[in-house]
Amino acid sequence: MSWLADLFKGRRAEPPTAANAKERLQIVLAHERIGRTREDFLPKLQMEIVAVVARYVAIDPGRVNVSLDRGGDMSTLAIEIDLPGPAASAPRRAAAS
Amino acid sequence: MVAAPPAGGAVQGVSMAEIIVVTSGKGGVGKTTSSAAIATGLAQRGKRTVVIDFDVGLRNLDLIMGVERRVVFDIVNVISGEARLNQALIRDKRVDTLSILPASQTRDKDALTKEGVGKIIEELSKDHDYIVCDSPAGIEKGALLALYFADQAIIVTNPEVSSVRDSDRILGVLQSKSKRAEDKREPVKEHLLVTRYDPARVEKGEMLKLEDIREILAIPLLGVIPESESVLKASNTGNPVIMDQESAAGQAYKDAVGRFLGDKIEHRFLEPTKKGLFSRLFGGRAA
Ligand SMILES: Nc1ncnc2c1ncn2[C@@H]1O[C@H](COP(=O)(O)OP(=O)(O)O)[C@@H](O)[C@H]1O
Ligand SMILES: [Mg+2]
Repeated sequence: MSWLADLFKGRRAEPPTAANAKERLQIVLAHERIGRTREDFLPKLQMEIVAVVARYVAIDPGRVNVSLDRGGDMSTLAIEIDLPGPAASAPRRAAAS
Repeated sequence: MVAAPPAGGAVQGVSMAEIIVVTSGKGGVGKTTSSAAIATGLAQRGKRTVVIDFDVGLRNLDLIMGVERRVVFDIVNVISGEARLNQALIRDKRVDTLSILPASQTRDKDALTKEGVGKIIEELSKDHDYIVCDSPAGIEKGALLALYFADQAIIVTNPEVSSVRDSDRILGVLQSKSKRAEDKREPVKEHLLVTRYDPARVEKGEMLKLEDIREILAIPLLGVIPESESVLKASNTGNPVIMDQESAAGQAYKDAVGRFLGDKIEHRFLEPTKKGLFSRLFGGRAA
């Protein structure tokens, strides 16, 4: 690296990352602390939703994708279930999102 | 969305994943940092890779990988049958061939069983090229299970007496307590990864030299990762340091992954960086 690059590298103001670390920790710890006093209901919620869907459609429980994003104010739980097509002799049609 | 590809479409019994344990005996030497970097690096090279956190009770890999907000299930849920493996796997959003299997934060280590871990590894083997196991410190149950199924071991060592001694100890454990040892198969392939190496302090004689560590442990050298400020920056933001290719540590991890895959790459970052006049003036430090 030339001295010129050195000069600019040394002086370039990079955004500090500690604030990012604090925010991430606050979110994850808030959720973990709740989990210590009462049970985290999200896993159970997910299993029950899958069980309900399985009552209506012959789904493969292995093909259920769940993605969670825990936030400070709001968390999102997205559940994606592959429903068999009409050819797969499903008793009923289900509308899927 | 109604997508219905045939279930169980994976080719059966063709490829078996290579199981890599990242271990050290000693804590705080850079196992989790290295597991995250190497798993990400393998995935960036197109290898289908999963990285498993074996530190039950003290999970941290999720934070280093930046997926802590997305954890619903963990390895213990899978072992106890409360969740399916694919529900617990977190797919990385940056590298599409990478997934993370988190450790449990609330259970204790006894929740891990050899049979349970064996089943998970067998299932993951069907559709992955590499399974990277981030070991907890110590030589107790968690560490033993992390290394038990290994084909290859990356021994993370700092240039420091207690770390080198503990690495030697864990090498002994690998040679006696791994499944390969028990089955009397070809032994686990060992790699030395020296981390937090500070060439300036080595030059001053304050820190063990690379040659000394190599001589004492006498296993093939995979890489030397310099002490680098970018590692803290990476953990602050939840991006494995290998994604920071401007940093020396990121480049050193990328080299190590290349060597692991058979590339011939010279070792770098072994000498103190010659600081230019300007960076000395402005107090620039190693990135
Ligand atoms: N190359 C490096 N340069 C600077 N700090 C490092 C480096 N590697 C690891 N660290 C720091 O060392 C500490 C322990 O690392 P970690 O990966 O959690 O170790 P372990 O998993 O072995 O306990 C962390 O604070 C991490 O940021
Ligand atoms: Mg660790």
